[in-house]
Amino acid sequence: MTDRAGATIRAEALTKRFPGASAPAVDAVDLHVAAGEFMTLLGPSGSGKTTTLNMIAGFEEVTSGRILLDDDDIARLPAHRRNLGMVFQSYALFPHMTAAQNVAFPLRQRKVGKAETARRVAEALELVHLGGHGDRLPSQLSGGQQQRVALARAVVFSPRALLLDEPLGALDKKLRESLQLEISRLHSELGITFVFVTHDQEEALALSDRIAVFRDGRIEQVGTPTELYETPASRFVATFLGDSNVFTGTVHGGLLDTGSAQLHCDGPDGPGCLVVRPERLRIGAAPADGANRLSATVSDVVYQGAFRRILVRFDDGSTGLVRDAGDAATTTRGDRVEVSWPAAAGVLVPETAAERVGAGVGSGSGVGVGAGVGVGA
Amino acid sequence: MTGGPTLRRVLVGIGILVGVWLVVPTLVVVPISFSGEDSFAFPPSSWGLEHYATFFTESSWLTSLLVSLQIALIVTVVATLLGTAAALALDRTSFRGRGALDGLFMAPLIIPGIVVAVALYAAFLGWGLIGTPLGFVVAHTVLALPFVVVNVAAALQNVDPVLGRAAAGLGASGWATFRQVTLPIIRPGVLAGALFAFVTSFDEVVVSLFVQSPQLQTLPVRMFTSVTNEVDPTIAAASTVVLVVSTALLGLVALTRRKSTP
Repeated sequence: MTDRAGATIRAEALTKRFPGASAPAVDAVDLHVAAGEFMTLLGPSGSGKTTTLNMIAGFEEVTSGRILLDDDDIARLPAHRRNLGMVFQSYALFPHMTAAQNVAFPLRQRKVGKAETARRVAEALELVHLGGHGDRLPSQLSGGQQQRVALARAVVFSPRALLLDEPLGALDKKLRESLQLEISRLHSELGITFVFVTHDQEEALALSDRIAVFRDGRIEQVGTPTELYETPASRFVATFLGDSNVFTGTVHGGLLDTGSAQLHCDGPDGPGCLVVRPERLRIGAAPADGANRLSATVSDVVYQGAFRRILVRFDDGSTGLVRDAGDAATTTRGDRVEVSWPAAAGVLVPETAAERVGAGVGSGSGVGVGAGVGVGA
Repeated sequence: MTGGPTLRRVLVGIGILVGVWLVVPTLVVVPISFSGEDSFAFPPSSWGLEHYATFFTESSWLTSLLVSLQIALIVTVVATLLGTAAALALDRTSFRGRGALDGLFMAPLIIPGIVVAVALYAAFLGWGLIGTPLGFVVAHTVLALPFVVVNVAAALQNVDPVLGRAAAGLGASGWATFRQVTLPIIRPGVLAGALFAFVTSFDEVVVSLFVQSPQLQTLPVRMFTSVTNEVDPTIAAASTVVLVVSTALLGLVALTRRKSTP
């Protein structure tokens, strides 16, 4: 049902300042979303991701900056003339209209003829597997079905971009996963640009072509899920996306001095944080040369089926997290162990003053972090 | 409800008594209206429809009924339009002194009717509105507005603000959003407000007594002068007509309420 490809969306120095607030909610954000890309805006609540989306949609006035849809600046266009699809967390279906009437709504605004409307509504409902449900009222549909109607309604008029504001936030885990697949399929079938807001890092990693991590009204890092996970640019990104062990200290000649240990790393001299993912840590005899090694005491072992989460306390008192796939199956609480990792597994990120809280485990949201793990930032 | 079955039975009994007490005096007028005699004797010793015949043929009664209906209809339209607009404005905006404005809209409900009547009388004398249809419409609209505002405001509470955004995002202008989304959702509230406005105007006596002239009288005013100047049981028929119209309309309100809350 698409005869055109997706549009590019470019935010330039986009700023939103709410009256009375000391800091801007969105602070000179530059963001380039390529045509047909699935871009996720990820961040904790209050980080400016939703405000950014609302400015693109036209629901929030822009304080300064530009929003380019292809080559047109739409920053001052009223929402109803931007021609962008929008999906909300609360579905926002019109309660007095049937599913089919809801889907027909955008076509009715565009004065599409009766036969054409009927054809496209049926097609859109078919697209979200709700073919037989057109005559139901929203109150007669489940949450997942309502959100699928909302998706059909948002794409039925062939917008060149679809904006999604935490669309899965109100659904339970199982539905969320099936709708994730649905959204992913819609994206590849329609070929239009998706801008997706979420605070759920797992969702972001699973769906996105690229992710923009928001923090305090700014973009901390933009990259593919792999880039963000493997080479986070900051401690915040490292701890927000997935779990991380973070060692803080001063680098000198390829060695990070944490005060109680010297760790091999690759980066410039000066203060820094060494980030190591839990699945890169090994418990037991250290393998080759050039590996980092710390002795620690096991404080807890959490069995998770395919793997174990082993919480350790290093000798300097800081805590760490090891994700073990079976090598250390006999390890139990209270054991003295050697924790090691190859130097190449660590990523050195600059340390900012506000984050200087010593080594510790940072945890992203969602992965069922065991009790007793300290949050890094 | 807590408490034993005895307590509950006693409470139900009291409830029924109070209900009867509220309704019975009103219902006495109905048998009298069907009395065959030319008096207010109750219970009537014979039956007939003479009082209704008089009511619907004598020009002074019939004219006042038509005047009442016309004014009530105009008041319904004016008060519903203004009241809905006011409720929308109050719902969509927030500014300093909004609470005070909310209170202001309720003022006609709280200020004693006689005070409103005297105030309107003083103002209308100067503007030459006494004894004119416009005078009745303006006065009754003042009294009817709060009912429309209250009902529409309550209905607007059920409209999720995100629906407005959704409609705009799908290409609907502000007016289209109102017509196609907001209005259909608040329709029961608007309808209830309109019916209340009609009944308010149709029943109103106090203010109308000040606005009326011998040439232009609403039905309640005509009834009042009838009671004070003559002994005419036709008034029982008139009362029953007013009773039936008002009860029917307010019953309609209850019906729309039930429909809108499935």
